[in-house]
Amino acid sequence: MSKPILRLYVLVLVLFSTLVVATSWSTVFGASGLRDNPLNQRSLLQELQIRRGLILAADGRTVLARSVRGPGHTFERSYPTPAIFSHEVGYSNARLGQRVGLERSRNAALTGDTNELGSIFDQLSGKEREGQNVVTTLDPVAQKVAIDQLGNRKGSVVALDPRTGAVRVMASFPGFDPNNLPSGKEQAALGSPLLNRATQAHYPPGSTFKVVTAAAALDTRRFTPSSVLSGKSPITVSGVPLANDNNDQFGPIDLTTALTKSVNTVWAQVAVRLGRSTMAKYMQRFGFYKTPQLDYPKTQLAVSRVFSFRGRPLGPDSKQTDIGRVGIGQGGLGVTPLQMAMVASAVANGGRLMRPHLTDRIVDRDGRTVQRIGSHLQATVMSAGAARSLGKMMQQVVKDPEGTGTAAQIGGTAVAGKTGTAQVGTLGSNLTQPWFIAFAPADNPKVAIAVTVERSQGGFGGTVAAPIAKRVLEALLPRG
Amino acid sequence: MRARNRELVALVPAALLVTAGFAAVFIQRQAALTNVSLTYGAIFLGLCLATHIVLRFALPHADPYLFPLVALLASFGVVMIYRLDPALALKQAKFFVIGLILFVGTIFAFRDYRRLEQYRYTIAAVGLLILLLPRVPGIGAQTNGAYLGVKVPVLGAFQPAELSKVAIVVFLASYLRDTRQVLVLGARRILGVTIPPLKHFGPLLVIWGASMLALVLIKDLGSSIMFFGGFLAVLYVATNRVSFVLIGLVAFALGAYFIGGHIAHVTSRVDAWQHPFQPALYNRTGGSYQIAQSLFAQADGGLFGRGFGEAILNLPQGQSLLPAPQTDLIYAVITDELGLFGACAVLLVYLLIVERGLRIALLARDSFSTLLAVGLSAVFALQVFVIVGGVTKVIPLTGVTLPFISYGGSSVVANFILLALLLLVSDRARRPHAGSRAGAA
Repeated sequence: MSKPILRLYVLVLVLFSTLVVATSWSTVFGASGLRDNPLNQRSLLQELQIRRGLILAADGRTVLARSVRGPGHTFERSYPTPAIFSHEVGYSNARLGQRVGLERSRNAALTGDTNELGSIFDQLSGKEREGQNVVTTLDPVAQKVAIDQLGNRKGSVVALDPRTGAVRVMASFPGFDPNNLPSGKEQAALGSPLLNRATQAHYPPGSTFKVVTAAAALDTRRFTPSSVLSGKSPITVSGVPLANDNNDQFGPIDLTTALTKSVNTVWAQVAVRLGRSTMAKYMQRFGFYKTPQLDYPKTQLAVSRVFSFRGRPLGPDSKQTDIGRVGIGQGGLGVTPLQMAMVASAVANGGRLMRPHLTDRIVDRDGRTVQRIGSHLQATVMSAGAARSLGKMMQQVVKDPEGTGTAAQIGGTAVAGKTGTAQVGTLGSNLTQPWFIAFAPADNPKVAIAVTVERSQGGFGGTVAAPIAKRVLEALLPRG
Repeated sequence: MRARNRELVALVPAALLVTAGFAAVFIQRQAALTNVSLTYGAIFLGLCLATHIVLRFALPHADPYLFPLVALLASFGVVMIYRLDPALALKQAKFFVIGLILFVGTIFAFRDYRRLEQYRYTIAAVGLLILLLPRVPGIGAQTNGAYLGVKVPVLGAFQPAELSKVAIVVFLASYLRDTRQVLVLGARRILGVTIPPLKHFGPLLVIWGASMLALVLIKDLGSSIMFFGGFLAVLYVATNRVSFVLIGLVAFALGAYFIGGHIAHVTSRVDAWQHPFQPALYNRTGGSYQIAQSLFAQADGGLFGRGFGEAILNLPQGQSLLPAPQTDLIYAVITDELGLFGACAVLLVYLLIVERGLRIALLARDSFSTLLAVGLSAVFALQVFVIVGGVTKVIPLTGVTLPFISYGGSSVVANFILLALLLLVSDRARRPHAGSRAGAA
């Protein structure tokens, strides 16, 4: 009877192998499918059980997001600074399965999702999985000033440290309360409060874009600050007349004067002479045409670029680009405030554009720094000499009594800036998009800033945006 | 080394496991090692040692690895249950005491286990009758649509199917020892298929009938598969005829298809098995919620598991997420916490027990002993297959316990009796001076 017993044993081996295969399927090979199954609440429950780390302002004390105990062994997220840091911090709502802002981009650190080996050690030592704290680069005082200065006007303020790329301020109004998310109806009434206007909105940059055109002009050495061009108005660009504001007439003027007084016809000529491909090259160096490398969710980062009049994005080498108008910030340009702050930042830092970042460091519960983000060069946009010359030209915009940016003057500190006032809405309407980009102190820049306000009733960059920039710069500089 | 000394050494891993396991639970709960908790481990180890000493005197030649393997499973099980619910672990420990008493009792009562043959029809009748007890009004109890339990005043719920399987194996081994040659010799070949003689096949048809009856009356597919599979294993070893097995399988499949197809409880189990993630089935009472949650729990485990005591069993408000974690789905909890590797280690221990059981069958010197060892090993292996296969969606999920690990008195008691019988056969087979060779083929 030994043969059938052996065969029986083989059969048992086969049956048990089936069990091993089935267990492998459910634990390893089919596991991701099972975890993603809509009926599976486990990842949600797991998430609720994790005590997420704190999100802190740059001072390391101001708490922007914390976890508090909920029912059972769960935690809930609480945001002590709702209307001020709503967009940067975002929110994490496990029940809705939604996560935005830093809560999303830094989710791994906040949930303590470290490598496999580390978690095995944690398990062996019986340690509860704990999130790490994220210390941001955000300045709580200046951020508050920016929100207050916007008042009840929709708009955005972005301030960067040009030397490191650290985002010091990223204000967007209106904000929202992440503790109590607005319903769809409320959102419509409030004017898209969930939209981070600093990174998601496409605005025409107006004359602030002349800084990009000037950078290309100087760095290619095709022009110098004293190159003289005709300032007569109107001129024909791409077969259509282009005029200065109020159709002001200028004689032959140099580029410094043309920037100080924001002469459209001169800068349109410069852009046309440089040509599409040169302009596109410099735009790309500044960061246009690609998603910003900010540590922020990709879905909340818009690409600054040129759009066709039908609203279709155009490539950098598109023949449809009306480069003369693009050169003065029109022609279908749609940019984010973050992008314009990056433009100011590159000029401020001697032509070296640093990669923007919101996180300064990641710290574990015991206060040890786990990761420091540090500064990284994103692109060398122009030579240091070209940047210096351009900076001097931008100083004139603020310093010269006839300049457009005099409202940004700060006693004792030289400010370099550029105003912009884009016409928005239908032809003949008085709606504008005022802009101001700047950096200060001009000789040793510590802050680069971009300010814009949505749909102003006839306001100008110099009158609406420059004063906001001045206040925020003042808040950042003495301690910067 | 002598067999019993090997057994003593082999008990060390179980001792270490139970100590480490309890310590792990305490550290995880961040409670100090209290007197009460330490006594758990101490009592458990004391019981193992006492049993070992009994075996040393009563069955000096019996297989030295079976008891340590079972002790390993039992200690692992009690730690697992302790992690789930300390109160249940205390009750489970009591069941172990009862189980070990019956284990020792069986060894002394049936030192010459071949006496069992004299009572084979009585044993078969009792086995079948107690199987039907859950349907008796007043004492029967229904769980999840199946009639598996009997309410016993002191012990609580008792599942007679567990004991029934041992009884039926004893009957089969005894009956087939007598008739196996007649079955083979009297067989005729019709159309190339070997058909056994009906006269001697009759009692075996009763077994088939019993399996079907189990399906109709207690509505439990799992027990049905276990019984019939054990029967086929013994029949095959006794006759060495694959055709008998095939006929049996066809008969079972047809019966299950026609009878089972008309029992709502069985069909819903099969539906749930085929479409566990269909929302309608998932939300239905007695639907696929259990198997779906079982698979979700295992998916959480991965290769190494979430760690002991880390599986999510309840919702934040306290309702249970994973149903029956201490009985039917304990394998899912093991997989969740110890991962694929831990689960495979448990399966390996079961496989080793089956291997030892079949080795005993090979060594046995008479047909009854061989068939008894084969039958007991086969039902044991099938029980593991039915429940683990159910939990991992190889077959429809049915309410069978994972031997020695799942919480449940009847399971512990019945499996200790099964172990006692295997050790009795083993002791006789390995005895140096061959006793009577009566009944040898």
